[in-house]
Amino acid sequence: MSSNVTTMRANLAPEEEKSPEARAAGAMSAFAQEIGALSAFRLESCIHCGICAEACHFYIATEDPKYTPIWKVEPFKQAYKREASAFAPVFRLFGLKPKVTAGELEQWQHLLYDSCNMCGRCSLICPMGIDVAALIEQARHAMFEAGLAPKELYQKAAHQKQTGQPEVSTEPYRDKLLVIGQEYGVEIPLDKTEVDVMLCVPRTDIEHYPKAVAALARVMQHLGVSCTFRSDGLVAENYGYYAGSKTWQRDISLRLIEQAIACKAKVLLVPECGHAYAALRWEAADMYGKPLPFEVRHVSEFLAEQLEVGNLKLRIAKTGATTFQDPCELVRKGGVTNAPRALMKALGIELHEMKNHGEFSFCCGGGGGVVDIERAAPLRYRTMENKLREINDTDAQTFLTSCSDCRRTFDDARKHFNWDKTPGSLLELVADNLAVDEGAMS
Amino acid sequence: MDLLELARGPALKVAVVVFCVGVVWRIVNIILLHYRRNFNEPRNGFAKSVLGGIKVAGSRSWPHPEFIPRTGAGEALGYSYHIGLFIVILAFGPHITFFGSFVGVRWPNLPSGVITIASVLTFTLLLAVLFRRVTNRVLRMLSNFDDYFSWFVTTLVIVTGMMTTAHFGGPYQTLLGLHILSFDLLLIWFPFGKLMHSFYIFPSRSLNGALLSRKGAAS
Repeated sequence: MSSNVTTMRANLAPEEEKSPEARAAGAMSAFAQEIGALSAFRLESCIHCGICAEACHFYIATEDPKYTPIWKVEPFKQAYKREASAFAPVFRLFGLKPKVTAGELEQWQHLLYDSCNMCGRCSLICPMGIDVAALIEQARHAMFEAGLAPKELYQKAAHQKQTGQPEVSTEPYRDKLLVIGQEYGVEIPLDKTEVDVMLCVPRTDIEHYPKAVAALARVMQHLGVSCTFRSDGLVAENYGYYAGSKTWQRDISLRLIEQAIACKAKVLLVPECGHAYAALRWEAADMYGKPLPFEVRHVSEFLAEQLEVGNLKLRIAKTGATTFQDPCELVRKGGVTNAPRALMKALGIELHEMKNHGEFSFCCGGGGGVVDIERAAPLRYRTMENKLREINDTDAQTFLTSCSDCRRTFDDARKHFNWDKTPGSLLELVADNLAVDEGAMS
Repeated sequence: MDLLELARGPALKVAVVVFCVGVVWRIVNIILLHYRRNFNEPRNGFAKSVLGGIKVAGSRSWPHPEFIPRTGAGEALGYSYHIGLFIVILAFGPHITFFGSFVGVRWPNLPSGVITIASVLTFTLLLAVLFRRVTNRVLRMLSNFDDYFSWFVTTLVIVTGMMTTAHFGGPYQTLLGLHILSFDLLLIWFPFGKLMHSFYIFPSRSLNGALLSRKGAAS
């Protein structure tokens, strides 16, 4: 791993001017502050059985032991034992657990960011029941405080915190949204002041999959739901979550929360974006410091509910044999397993499940911000080979998912591998098959 | 004071005190750390979350079928020697007499022939566990002094126990003294290392299981 250090130094976030000692101290201090009873319990419970490696696609693809999930938090286990465990004074007195060095942390940047999708598959296999993914998320917080977030994630998070958009765009997303509405012939509800549902959108969809944006608006219009996008809270993604900055994650979440409150929304609807769902559904309220005055729902969840009460009626979609990529943050970690399948059933889809599907599905490989980290691409492609094989083995003609980052990752793999499948959006398929006379969207 | 008197007298008393104080302190130290309140809207209520925790406490004893092809052999090895240890510790007549004197209850024992077979199998499995730890690249990388020393003190008790029952290697009194001393050593080491997992395993599974169940997440 030491050979990678130079490369990683070049990828440090702008806080790299901090001295190595200050970086290490910052990381350990941030980690120590976050160590509550729950995290301590998780760290203490590990028996070094190594079983978590067998759930991780980075290890399965490479058989390199350094990709063992619990090893990815090894410096933080060491820091916990030295600073906060029951026998911490003994460890310090006899030098049994040395201080974690800045060099070690730099090496761990690759393990915590490039080679972990935070997909949580390892958390399902641990015989001690440890939620390893939760520990990794905490370790990322510490890495960020140490100025060790990869530059791509750092820059996107910083930009999103400042402007609401994770990157500079040719025109503001608000304007792009309106253009998408015109192109697809659908009204984009914008900046209404009193609605039932507030909508937001992945910037991935705005930039790469505009039809998905139009599909969201079209479906809501079809359902007759009072809803709006808000100019000051458009982007669903949260790069603070990926980069590991709790402060920026909170600020980015607050932008949406404030807008949802401003338009008196009863529901904040998360579009097809897995990590946005995790950040808003499971973490935003904690950052807000009290329960949110509205519900947070993923669009597939919302549509499945509408289906169940009879508000949503769908035509049979002629997709042929179809397989579905379960977004980890949505399904395994978020509990939204049945909703996409209920929608596919209503669409009459002949679903060919992958060998590992549902809660046990492998990540697309791009989750956790990995798809944004340029230097991680070779490892990501290697990891994805197994996933593509599983998809091919289903003999499905159509390939769907319900997460724009999954979609982007597979699109990238399609180009890299000359793969013959194009990832489609379940939401777009729903919008194309609404049981009305409007016909399919162009 | 001979070796046996030392082992089951002052040495045992010291070991029991270290064990009890150490275990309690290690658990209390965790409990005293801070807790964070969950403000997010749960998918499942308190009762269902608790039930989910209880379920995971049991269900994690067996891997999900999706994982068995990759983990089955390793887990079988791990569970086998644990079962062997339980049989030898809890079903051997003299052990029942020893532990029974502390708890005031006695229970039926297994024939000594069965215990001998269980001991030999357990010892063999412990050797296999060590072999796997040093040859498997993942395990070797994860392992530290705690892993090897915990293995050593556990195996030492088994080995001295087998020597004692077989009257092999010295006078019975000396062998029994060594066996009890090795048990004292295990008790003293217990709170400092990974042997504590016997106290953590079910609370850990339950707690994480309950939190996952609260979200309706996979567990």
